[in-house]
Amino acid sequence: MAQETQDRVSKKFLYVNRKAPYGTIYALESLEVVLIGAAFEQDVSLAFVDDGVYQLTKGQDTKGLEMKNFSPTFRALEDYDVTKLYVEAEALQARGLTEADLVVPVEVVSAQRMAEIMDGQDVILSF
Amino acid sequence: MLHTVNKSPFDHNTFETCLKFARQGSAVLLIEDGVYAAAAGTAVSKQVQEALKSVSIYALKPDVEARGMQNRVMDGVRLVDYGGFVDLVVEHNAVQSWL
Repeated sequence: MAQETQDRVSKKFLYVNRKAPYGTIYALESLEVVLIGAAFEQDVSLAFVDDGVYQLTKGQDTKGLEMKNFSPTFRALEDYDVTKLYVEAEALQARGLTEADLVVPVEVVSAQRMAEIMDGQDVILSF
Repeated sequence: MLHTVNKSPFDHNTFETCLKFARQGSAVLLIEDGVYAAAAGTAVSKQVQEALKSVSIYALKPDVEARGMQNRVMDGVRLVDYGGFVDLVVEHNAVQSWL
């Protein structure tokens, strides 16, 4: 049992996303790191707070910018067993958004609940 | 004067500062993450509506579309393409790029 635990070291990783997509490179870089981390079979969660919630909005069309629209990639996270996506309720509300405006199913949580989620992690990476 | 704002109003006070210094009759063009200020029903919409009484507010369409905000732009904010951006620059005596 102890041996098995040692062989399969799995840590809880939380990626905290606070930036809107496209205006800076942070959002895309975060997603890249999430996919890499997922390949190592870690316990991955994603948090979206502040402008980070904008990464998940439906209807993104980047043709005019000639940049990659990476919002569909969030739908592929499920295939990597990344299913824990937490979105801060106040961030949505301040931006006139609801869960229905997002490209993937998420868990909308209060700031207090988000703090608990953050507290329960082994590794936190902030973008 | 044409003012451009490229920062989200929720992440920076750039837009707020721009409005503070934008005189009556001037134009404000929202670009990049600045376009989030153009969305209806947000924590800053009231501020934008108030500003529309004295300044013209535009948002760059390709930036609006990239962010999925095309169906959320509030009444009174006009969308322009890159050509429209150039026209605005030409029409005004100077451009102030708030960063």
